[in-house]
Amino acid sequence: MMTASNAPNNPLGGGHSTALVRVERLTKLFPVTRGLFRPPSAHVHAVDDVSFELFEGESFGLVGESGCGKTTIGKLLVKLMEPTGGRILFRDSGEPSPAIDGGFRDIVDTKGKGLKEFRRRAQMIFQDPYESMNPRRTIFDTVAEPLVVQGIGDSLERLERVGKLLELVGLSPASTMLFRYPHELSGGQRQRVAIARALVIEPTFVVADEPTSMLDMSFSTTIMNLMSGLARQLGVTYLYITHDLAVARYMCQRIAVMYLGKIVELAETEELLSNPLHPYTRALLSAVPSPDPASKREPVDILGDVSTPVNPHPRCRFHDRCPMAVQQCYDDPHPPMEDHGGGHLVACYRA
Amino acid sequence: MIRQPDLQPSDPSYETGGGPGGKPVGIRAARIRLALRGLRESWSIFVESKIGVIGLAVIAVFALMAISHPVLMATIWDEATYDPVTGYAFDQTEQPAPPSWKHPLGTDPLGRDVLSQLLSSTSSEFILGIVAAVVTVTIATTIGAVAAYYGGIADTLIMRLADLVVSLPSLSLLIVLSALFELNLFMLAILIGVLGGFGGSAIIFKSQALGVTVKPYIEAARVAGGGRFHIILVHIIPNLLPLSFLYMMFAVTGAIFSEAILSYLGLLNIRMSWGIMIHTANTAGYLLGGAKYWWLIVPAGASITLLCSTFYLVGRALDEVANPRLRRR
Amino acid sequence: MMEPILQVSGLSLRYDTRQGEVRAVEDVSFDVLPGQVMGLVGESGSGKTSVAMSLMRLLPDNARIAGGQVLFRGEDLLSMGPDEVRSYRWNRISMIFQAAMNSLDPVYRVGDQIMEAMEAHDPGVTTQAAQERIRDLFELVGLDPRLAQRYPHEYSGGMRQRAVIAMSLACQPDLVIADEPTTALDVIVQDRILRRLKDIQRDLQMSMIYITHDLAVVAEVTDRVGVMYAGKLVEAGSTADVFNSPVHPYTSALLSVFPSIRGPKRELATLAGEPPNLIDPPHGCRFHPRCPYATDPCLTEEPPIVDRDGHWAACWNPLPVSAGPPGAGLAAGPGNQQG
Repeated sequence: MMTASNAPNNPLGGGHSTALVRVERLTKLFPVTRGLFRPPSAHVHAVDDVSFELFEGESFGLVGESGCGKTTIGKLLVKLMEPTGGRILFRDSGEPSPAIDGGFRDIVDTKGKGLKEFRRRAQMIFQDPYESMNPRRTIFDTVAEPLVVQGIGDSLERLERVGKLLELVGLSPASTMLFRYPHELSGGQRQRVAIARALVIEPTFVVADEPTSMLDMSFSTTIMNLMSGLARQLGVTYLYITHDLAVARYMCQRIAVMYLGKIVELAETEELLSNPLHPYTRALLSAVPSPDPASKREPVDILGDVSTPVNPHPRCRFHDRCPMAVQQCYDDPHPPMEDHGGGHLVACYRA
Repeated sequence: MIRQPDLQPSDPSYETGGGPGGKPVGIRAARIRLALRGLRESWSIFVESKIGVIGLAVIAVFALMAISHPVLMATIWDEATYDPVTGYAFDQTEQPAPPSWKHPLGTDPLGRDVLSQLLSSTSSEFILGIVAAVVTVTIATTIGAVAAYYGGIADTLIMRLADLVVSLPSLSLLIVLSALFELNLFMLAILIGVLGGFGGSAIIFKSQALGVTVKPYIEAARVAGGGRFHIILVHIIPNLLPLSFLYMMFAVTGAIFSEAILSYLGLLNIRMSWGIMIHTANTAGYLLGGAKYWWLIVPAGASITLLCSTFYLVGRALDEVANPRLRRR
Repeated sequence: MMEPILQVSGLSLRYDTRQGEVRAVEDVSFDVLPGQVMGLVGESGSGKTSVAMSLMRLLPDNARIAGGQVLFRGEDLLSMGPDEVRSYRWNRISMIFQAAMNSLDPVYRVGDQIMEAMEAHDPGVTTQAAQERIRDLFELVGLDPRLAQRYPHEYSGGMRQRAVIAMSLACQPDLVIADEPTTALDVIVQDRILRRLKDIQRDLQMSMIYITHDLAVVAEVTDRVGVMYAGKLVEAGSTADVFNSPVHPYTSALLSVFPSIRGPKRELATLAGEPPNLIDPPHGCRFHPRCPYATDPCLTEEPPIVDRDGHWAACWNPLPVSAGPPGAGLAAGPGNQQG
């Protein structure tokens, strides 16, 4: 098992970083049903031919508007859903290996015992701290659940472990928290419990799906700081899903921007914010209001509304809203991700 | 495990919260305290609704009646006179006899003490109602949860079966079955329970369970590695329990009514019940005799109505405990 | 000098609950000038929505106004009878609700709902005039007028919010209360709606109370802002002043925990602790258990008002005047017209 010190010094993906997760041509289609016994007439392309890598110990941000497919990717990576196509490769715990298949295992077809083992390594933190906990179970039961279903420890060991985790996420003294119900806690405290539950079996990889978006700003900053601190301390790799670029700036070393099921731009965080190359990323950045009353923002210059990704044309997904679109954007297939230097990848003919 | 940082061992005693009086206690004691606190809170909401308290009081009176029969038989009532089935009131010249000091509710056409019959039937009505209700709710909760979580074929089969049971006229079915087989009280209770459990209540429990299966805590349990069994037992069924208690109350009402009708028609192999008391009055030709022979009909009829409506009232009060939205504030 | 359109003074609101009496709003006072956007900012449970609901007289049964006065053009809204309330609600003060989906009835066409609202308040309006007005309103909020014939579920989230804004403007109110109108929307849609709302407000010289938890939105939309904490208004002033030179430690904390994508990346501060339980709020200043500057009087006595040229805060240990970005504090915005 890797220690925190093995986390990459260079989150850009230079030579020292080792990949923990490799997502290759991942696709998830949802059929649009027309009723019983009739084949679906169309598919929603929720995630369409997406590839990226997560490096060990980094926080990788997946940013986009609602319906762009970011949560679907998160659920695919923890196997709450089965992909329609593509591979999800996890590096086996053990010696890292540079070869694609040597040392990596495709989890798409993992079932039974292998799946249960995988669940020890990949966990998820959910958006809604009110709904992600069974209201009839105590905090102890909630946090201990992964230990119980994985058969780890006896009840006293679990109690000690849960107590330690609660202290670690800042719910102290733990003895006053263990036997409370979720409704007795505030939203911020509940999200701390959710983090404790995700980390209690020491996973190497955690999908965090908008963990702070339902919290008040003062709590949400605290939770963000807590999660970053724990990642460093425990060497956890996060896939951090959010609609809020400001949150992603503080949480993530690299950010991928999604639009209608595709990653359109991927870069190191400050590079992406200061030098956005895709017109959609630029629109997204200029649409964020500024907390300085004196500042004036660039107007957002994209057109129309988001279309629905039902049987989309194979051309660029953004062509109909793009202020820079040319004939090529209408004629050619969706642009491939191209490196514009230093691992700054963009899928745009006009970048 | 290198990644686990050094931590202080946590305190070996646990508080359950709920006020400043929360003293540190052990793990099992903590769970017991929690359960008691939950009961106390539910009780305080329950007693706020008057109908619930009245209902509970009436049920307590019926329970006392059920207990009093064996006590009276063992003390002041002799078996030859007061046995509800084989007794005969030799002290009366004419049967049925109107109420008197020795027979406060008179005697039936066969010379048997009506009060003794009434009291002795109470316990069987309770047993019948509760067994039927437990069977109904157990079946409905289980198959509702299974249909909702598994979906697919299991869901289709269970729901089509439920449609079939709902579309059958269950009382007519009970009449046919009890005419074909000699049903005793226990068999009847199970039968009513099974019909109720696979029928309408299964549909309601499934829709309730569907609301639970889409909650993120179900996904959290799956990510933790929880199997289907774990999720249904630990997450879905406990969240159906308030509804289960509610349905039990309503199922008791239905069971007692069905029994009364079947007994009235003389279709059951039961020695004595409120329905049989009315049946006896009817076969002897006193049912249409009007108010003159009221003691043959009113005690049993009123008991059936009262006990059924009481369970219904308690159910309504429990509904307020289970559904905070129904509360006034 | 302009006469305020709305004067709230000493407003207090209580909710009776099973656990006890919740002191949700305590002694809140502020003015709204004609043509001005007043922001109310605070975290959940700070009482900002309760203030709005008392202005609209749309309180739940267990709520009770415990004191105060709300003068709208000199008339006391809190002492009006139900009939009077109906005649000014929507006609003179209207509200844009947070959950747009819930304020539109799914079984009626959107246009018909707006028309119904207009007819309820002006029975003399002809169908043709109403339809024309709806067309204008839809164009005003940036919706295709043909959409009036559609049902709410055929709208996207942003379109629904626009329709709700159109509805709130239907009776040409003097004051619009917007309660988190863009909270559930994506940033690009939010940006468009905010710009449109701001344009409409400026063109119609409408007064507005804008309620939100999002400091960036407050900075962009409002002229003046009030910061609420635990049922109290702790600081108020022109938006530029409050943002550039906060007086109350809570305001300062809120500003420093807010992450931004612009400018150099700075450390995010954290605000420890939880907001208090309003059944038994802390004595003295309600913020003292979380305040890094708290001293003895904060624990026991109501904080005094510190007034810096109309920018005030209730605090025992006000923060010193900071220089702020050059000139920003003096920026001549509509907020300074109070003068």
